Amino acid sequence: MSKKQSKKLLTPEILKQALLGAVKKLDPRYMIKNPVMFVVEVGFFITLLLTIVPGLFGETDSSLRTYNLIVSVILLVTVLFANFAESVAEGRGKAQAASLKKTQKDTVAHRLDEHGDETIVSSSELKKGDVVMVTAGEVIPSDGEVIEGIASVDESAITGESAPVVRESGGDFCSVTGGTTVVSDWLKIRITSDPGNSFLDRMIALVEGASRKKTPNEIALSTLLISLTIIFLIVIVTLYPIGKYCGVQLPLSTLIALMVCLIPTTIGGLLSAIGIAGMDRVTRFNVIAMSGKAVEACGDVDTMILDKTGTITFGNRLAADFLPVDGADRSELIRCAALTSLHDDTPEGKSTLDLARRMGDCSQEAPGSTFLDFTAQTRMSGVDLPDGRAVRKGAADAIEQYARAQGGSIPSDLHTIVEQVSSLGGTPLAVCENDKILGVIYLKDTVKPGMAERFERLRAIGIKTIMCTGDNPLTAATIAKEAGVDGFIAECKPEDKIHVIKQEQAEGKIVAMTGDGTNDAPALAQANVGLAMNSGTTAAKEAANMVDLDSDPTKILEVVEIGKQLLITRGSLTTFSIANDIAKYFAIIPAMFMAAVPQLGVLNIMGLATQNSAILSALIFNAIIIPCLIPLAMKGVKYRPMSSGKLLGRNMLIYGLGGVIAPFVGIKLIDLLIAPILVLLGI
Amino acid sequence: MLQLVLTGVLYLILVIPVGRYLYHIAAGKHTFADPVLDRIDDVIYKIVGVDPHRGMNWRQYALALIGTNAVMIAIGYLILRIQSIGIFNPNHIGSMEPSLAFNTIISFMTNTNLQHYSGESGLSYLSQMLVITFMMFVSAASGYAACVAFIRGVAGKTKDNVGNFFSDLVRITTRVLLPFSLVGGLLLVWQGVPQTFSENIVVETLEGTFQVLATGPVAALEIIKHLGTNGGGFFGANSSTPMENPTILSNLIELYSMMLLPGACVITFGKMVGDGRRTHQESKKPEHALPAHREGMTARLFGAEGRSIFLAMSVLFVIGLSLCFWAESQGNPALAEAGLSQSMGSMEGKEVRFGVAQSALFTTVTTSFTTGTINNMHDTLTPLGGLVPLLHMMLNCVFGGKGVGLMNIILYAILAVFICGLMVGRTPEYLGKKIEGREMKLTALAIIIHPLLILAFSALAVATSAGQAGITNPGFHGLTQVLYEYASSAANNGSGFEGLADNTYFWNITTGLVMFLGRYLPIVLQLAIAGSLMKKSYVNESAGTLQTSTVSFSVILVFVVYIFAALTFFPALALGPIAEHLTLWG
Repeated sequence: MSKKQSKKLLTPEILKQALLGAVKKLDPRYMIKNPVMFVVEVGFFITLLLTIVPGLFGETDSSLRTYNLIVSVILLVTVLFANFAESVAEGRGKAQAASLKKTQKDTVAHRLDEHGDETIVSSSELKKGDVVMVTAGEVIPSDGEVIEGIASVDESAITGESAPVVRESGGDFCSVTGGTTVVSDWLKIRITSDPGNSFLDRMIALVEGASRKKTPNEIALSTLLISLTIIFLIVIVTLYPIGKYCGVQLPLSTLIALMVCLIPTTIGGLLSAIGIAGMDRVTRFNVIAMSGKAVEACGDVDTMILDKTGTITFGNRLAADFLPVDGADRSELIRCAALTSLHDDTPEGKSTLDLARRMGDCSQEAPGSTFLDFTAQTRMSGVDLPDGRAVRKGAADAIEQYARAQGGSIPSDLHTIVEQVSSLGGTPLAVCENDKILGVIYLKDTVKPGMAERFERLRAIGIKTIMCTGDNPLTAATIAKEAGVDGFIAECKPEDKIHVIKQEQAEGKIVAMTGDGTNDAPALAQANVGLAMNSGTTAAKEAANMVDLDSDPTKILEVVEIGKQLLITRGSLTTFSIANDIAKYFAIIPAMFMAAVPQLGVLNIMGLATQNSAILSALIFNAIIIPCLIPLAMKGVKYRPMSSGKLLGRNMLIYGLGGVIAPFVGIKLIDLLIAPILVLLGI
Repeated sequence: MLQLVLTGVLYLILVIPVGRYLYHIAAGKHTFADPVLDRIDDVIYKIVGVDPHRGMNWRQYALALIGTNAVMIAIGYLILRIQSIGIFNPNHIGSMEPSLAFNTIISFMTNTNLQHYSGESGLSYLSQMLVITFMMFVSAASGYAACVAFIRGVAGKTKDNVGNFFSDLVRITTRVLLPFSLVGGLLLVWQGVPQTFSENIVVETLEGTFQVLATGPVAALEIIKHLGTNGGGFFGANSSTPMENPTILSNLIELYSMMLLPGACVITFGKMVGDGRRTHQESKKPEHALPAHREGMTARLFGAEGRSIFLAMSVLFVIGLSLCFWAESQGNPALAEAGLSQSMGSMEGKEVRFGVAQSALFTTVTTSFTTGTINNMHDTLTPLGGLVPLLHMMLNCVFGGKGVGLMNIILYAILAVFICGLMVGRTPEYLGKKIEGREMKLTALAIIIHPLLILAFSALAVATSAGQAGITNPGFHGLTQVLYEYASSAANNGSGFEGLADNTYFWNITTGLVMFLGRYLPIVLQLAIAGSLMKKSYVNESAGTLQTSTVSFSVILVFVVYIFAALTFFPALALGPIAEHLTLWG
């Protein structure tokens, strides 16, 4: 994912759009939504005015004209940089939305009336409740539910996944999305959304950022930034008379320059870009967040409720061991088990063969063997070898019957082994050769690799995991222990999930969960973060505040990290922005007052060349730091799970201390560059 | 140096039991004096018709506080205007001029005690007792009451009830201020501070001239002046005169009486917040409760959350004290050039019996704890030595006076957790509650008020002729005088840099306004924050939660305080004390 992301950070297309957007956003009516940058824009207008009429506010020094011009240009560039950052963030979303829109072209739909007669209408005319028929090769005109038929559907337009998925009426696989294509067979679909309000429409709006609202945390942070801006406005406005009293006549443009340097323009300019980029990162991850608030809530998650099947385990039962009965040879059992599985393509068969091979078995197919597939009637599969031997594996009771029919006897410990395997949550498959039962294959629900480590990581950052499963308590406990989750609910019914969520929330916890079925919908709605699978029902998707287009429930883990990363990026850049002010003070204060109070030159610890170059260097640094930080704002601050104390220490060091030091270096460098130029210009 | 360290260590030992006692009062727990004091309180409740058990929400509480103070302001103003009548007025003092009376009454009601008059010639004994001493009690009690209500809010035991203002006012007065005053006052009398209703004494000096020795009921005022972090002296020269502060022991008594209660407030805060948390955790089912982790000794003494706040305040205090002590020890190069030995440090304006160390300590304490009493002339401090008291009033949270210092630093703590909380990847929370838009808005407003009042009025003063007329020492020092006057008013400190001819309409009215706004606006906003936080439900605490009871949080808090205050006041300070220092030593 990260590779794809960095490649796409800035395409020429996005760049062009963003440059245009940066200029368009100069409209003061738009700018006022971002008060920090609005103040900079006002500063620009004032200095621009002072460039045209230098004596406007009673300032007599006409040599200020060039200086005022330079200040106003830098201010304009500062605003443009901030707008550019926002446009870039939006541009990436828009590019994605554009590709989605292509699939949204007006399509033809075959509407059925009550009598089953077909009429051809445009997809935009379809209303909720209409029934349409879609056959192979056609595009599904709008979101709906399958009421009849079974078909494979290509959903790559939305998910990017090329393998078609099966959709059928009833159950959890009945919902289809407009814009996807039926590849085989046919479906009768009842439309569930009105025109312009389909899932795709809403997705496009979300991705485009059209319906973007400031998140609660963003609002609170904006309040902080606005209050800082007000404080510095007070400082600057009062500095004029105070300076005058001390015999310092401060040019208006210098005061504006100081103010723009001090107000948090860095974070002010990047704040909305960080928010949009955070949403975008989620989108790129093929998860659609219904609001920025949902992504933010991810950062706060305390408890995750995870379904066992599909999320923690593969859901398929895989061979884990071979258990021979008394008197049988283990290698004989392995050999026979492998023989029956040579052509068995079920996960059970494949894994049996895998396990046998790993245990050193190398039996090969004898020419002329006849393989028997598993059927629901026989409940076993096997092979008839050319030498007349018949090898079978299958459900214990089926094999018992088979062996008895062949005249064999049942080994005394078979039942014990079978029960033992069952009690561990496994599935026993008995194996027999002719009338002789050799033993049992222990099939186990296998935990996905890396899960235990992931849960360990979550624990380190204070997130508790609870596994939900329909299994009996014993099985659940076994899997829970193996996966390393913090808790489990066995024989879990949908109501149980809601109950657990409510209980956790009562303790002030933020709960995340994944779900797909209709009966998950209430729990998804109750949870603070509900991630629905795209393969799931419409009800589930409606109730959730995020939808995973790949239908991979483990993604919730990454989504949480993206949420945290978003918040960390915001905090780090705020810290950086505020820490920058120290160096700017040391550049500007001595420069402002040195003329009247030469002793204040001691504060010029950077040794900046002249007063004007000091002020302009600080101002230029203030402007170019914005584009320098755009990549960071887009990608987000690197996040590694660790305890809050360590994380804080680390980020404080990088962005706090770094924020203090970086501008000292930056301003000095800029000063070295521009000082000779300023001499040439005569200021 | 040694005496400063010893004073500090002794303070740490004394503040813990006082903190514990104050916590028992605030939390309504049993104390040893209950059998007697409960009866006294009941009589008072009965007379004024107050039901002490009726809880108030933050709005009612703020309204009761402001209403009560408003009534007192009205009565006090009247007394000052008619004090010339012959009750308790042996020295025949005339009535006070309206603008000065306005300034004085606000000054004392807001616990500022900025004095634009001289006590010995401006006030009758009646005014000294009924207005000044009385106000010293109730204004201090009002501040502590607001603080206790604030703590109840953030501790969040209930959703709405921050306590009963009248009951808090009475309990703090009868259980804390009065008994402490009685003991401390007697100690001061023992050290030689006068307590008499007789008229001033006229003595014949060695040179054969006559001198009036002003006297009066001094000790009673003296002790509450410090205990309530009020600071208004009986006499114009305040605690630098031997009549108010005769010995090094009386100096220590005064120091401790201003330091103990603000420090104790922090402990009260730590313990009450700890209680709130515990109650919350016990209410959970035992299977979900966190295993009770053992608290360290300091966490038990100060309360875990109180400890980090106390530490941050102490660090700020020690840095300021060190700078002030160092600057004063350096002496004054201008005087050295004139041939005066500076080996004792800069002794200009200091009392020989206190010396540089006790003067620097007193100066830092009186401005950190926003008392405003002085034992040396701040106007004659070296520029950097004078920067410290000025800065500490601008910060207004280095312990701070009468509980408001604690409320102020909580604002900075909210700012700190907001930024740091994001940096650990969670939306910010403090004391188990989420900090959201509403709290940020209130916090931001409360923080803006202080620099706005100081800078805007300073700018007004130096830009108008009415303001400039008061400045006796134009230039950088003059600017410092002005900044000091408004910082002292806004922080409700009341110490004067002096040297400002401030008994004019301009200064009386502007400082009166600054004191009024600087007092009541933040208190209302802070109570609103508490009211907003207490309504929220507790959020879960996990390994991913930002810990605010740690040393690193204290360090961050110190930086946040410095960065926000330094960033705001740096330009003005650069033109005032810093420019003066550089010019002096340059």
